[in-house]
Amino acid sequence: MEDAIIRVQGLRTQFGDQVIHDNLDLEVRRGEILGIVGGSGTGKSVLLRTIIGLNRPAAGRIEVFGQDLGQATPEERLAVEQRWGVLFQDGALFSSLTVAQNIEVPMKEHLGMPARLRDEIAALKIAMVGLPPEAGSKYPSELSGGMRKRAGLARSLALDPDLIFLDEPTAGLDPIGAANFDQLIRRLQVNLGLTVFMVTHDLDSLHAICDRIAVLAEKRVMVIGTMADMLRHEHPWLQEYFHGPRARAAQPQKEELLEEAST
Amino acid sequence: MAEGWLKSAAGEGGTMLLQAGGHWDARNVTRLDLQLRDLTPTDDMPVVLDLGAVERLDTAGAWLLYRTLKTCRAGGGRADFAGLTPAYQTMLEQVAANDQPAEIEPPHPAALLAVLERLGRGAVDVGEEAKQQVAFLGLLLVCLAGSLRHPSRLRLVPLVYHMEKVGFNALPIVGLISFLIGVVLAYQGATQLQRFGAEIFVVNLIAVSVLREIAILLTAIVVAGRSGSAFTAEIGSMVVNEEVDAMRTLGLDPMEVLVLPRVLALVITLPLLAFFADMLGLFGGMLMCWLALDISPGLYLERLQDAVSLWSFWVGIIKAPFFAFLIAMVGCLEGLRVTRSAESVGQQTTRSVVTGIFLVIVVDAMFSIFFAAVGV
Repeated sequence: MEDAIIRVQGLRTQFGDQVIHDNLDLEVRRGEILGIVGGSGTGKSVLLRTIIGLNRPAAGRIEVFGQDLGQATPEERLAVEQRWGVLFQDGALFSSLTVAQNIEVPMKEHLGMPARLRDEIAALKIAMVGLPPEAGSKYPSELSGGMRKRAGLARSLALDPDLIFLDEPTAGLDPIGAANFDQLIRRLQVNLGLTVFMVTHDLDSLHAICDRIAVLAEKRVMVIGTMADMLRHEHPWLQEYFHGPRARAAQPQKEELLEEAST
Repeated sequence: MAEGWLKSAAGEGGTMLLQAGGHWDARNVTRLDLQLRDLTPTDDMPVVLDLGAVERLDTAGAWLLYRTLKTCRAGGGRADFAGLTPAYQTMLEQVAANDQPAEIEPPHPAALLAVLERLGRGAVDVGEEAKQQVAFLGLLLVCLAGSLRHPSRLRLVPLVYHMEKVGFNALPIVGLISFLIGVVLAYQGATQLQRFGAEIFVVNLIAVSVLREIAILLTAIVVAGRSGSAFTAEIGSMVVNEEVDAMRTLGLDPMEVLVLPRVLALVITLPLLAFFADMLGLFGGMLMCWLALDISPGLYLERLQDAVSLWSFWVGIIKAPFFAFLIAMVGCLEGLRVTRSAESVGQQTTRSVVTGIFLVIVVDAMFSIFFAAVGV
């Protein structure tokens, strides 16, 4: 039995009468990159938001780091929240703060670090996500979309989490930027021992960096497995998704990336 | 929660041995940082950082260790790690590779300079905005003239829709405020005038102030807050959404589609709102006179006829279309000046209300001088 970091059981989410997930089960293992795919409206982002507590599930149990979040006291919840980081689609940086100050927010709020140490660690994170030093003093509105995502990633890494949630990390990036971002995620995951929960539509990302892929359909996780499993599966939607015209262009490239990341 | 710790001891052969252990992670670095900064290795004494007892190391902890090593080496002494596992080694290398100071905040200019800079920028902004307002006014008038020549181009449905929104829907709030102001004026005026035994003149006070100034000014201010801001926010969010750009590429003139119906709607409805406010203000005054001063409604209306000429009424109403035009123009202009960020919608909305009210009061003052000069 592998070590599960996230364990979702019998999850049901609904908005009014509209049921998004029904009896959904999912396990995310320690140290893996899990990609969540599914058609539009299958509730990929809703699942992410439900796990991190922004939506209330109608039924079911969500365990993160072995802590049942439905039963957790506010203190227990906070302890769990400090061990994960979240990257929203467009970075969700606080617009009144500079990039460096954004990264320092969690350090200041939760750990009460002195300013000098915060500045040092913020500089380190800025370098780790591949931003130039002068980006630290820029405001989010002065950055390009790709830089905002990197800055958002740096903020989600501020407390050195064990687990990060990424909501469509490569959406809106050009192919080169997207490939670089994939590589960055892989490198950080390898070097920092992160577990990554990633909602994505990007077939290149799925090929390049995901260890396992979970497919959301029919209000639950229909299939979960490696890319090879996906390619073999016979469900028509999967066939179309992974064998369609766009899928063929996305060649398996994971090994190359792994090599690069480890050098 | 597991703690991280640091012990310093004298090692073999005159070295300084620093033993690190426990959890060297983000939760513990604040304390460890203080401890490490206090530490001053004696010159020339080689330092050994032993990580043998470390159970957990993350980038924050690794940064502290790396930084200590770096400072020791920078001082000219020798410093080395000991007891490294491959994982810690990777983490330390990772940190070393990313050791690059970053800018945290944009540089602050000196205080006096900053004040001067803001003053200068503010002045230039005001000038720039005035220029844009004049340019926009010109565009708007051209567009209006075009519509008057070809009335079929006037968009009737949006016009009626906006009239309902800015006019009809504003009736309750405008009415309530005017009514209350009438009541307050009657009460305050009466207590002052009673001292001279001239309570009856409270009717003159109410009639002149409500009809000439208060009703229209309050209505304009409420409408600027209610509809001027709505215009900016509506048009602004369309700009953010690129809807306005889409409109231009489809050959639609935003001036004609968005601005003109709003301006006309307000120009038509504000005089009506002002009339409504006049009536409710007078009614509030009448009610208060009756209840508090025993001036019967009949007497009140009789005094009213004596106190004011028809011109007092027209002085208020004439101003309404001008105020309406200013409020709507500023509201639409600020909406179109929104840049493509959600933040600027808020900024421009605030600006639209402030500028709208400011212009209304300036023009009201100008009207006062004008009416005094022509003697009404």
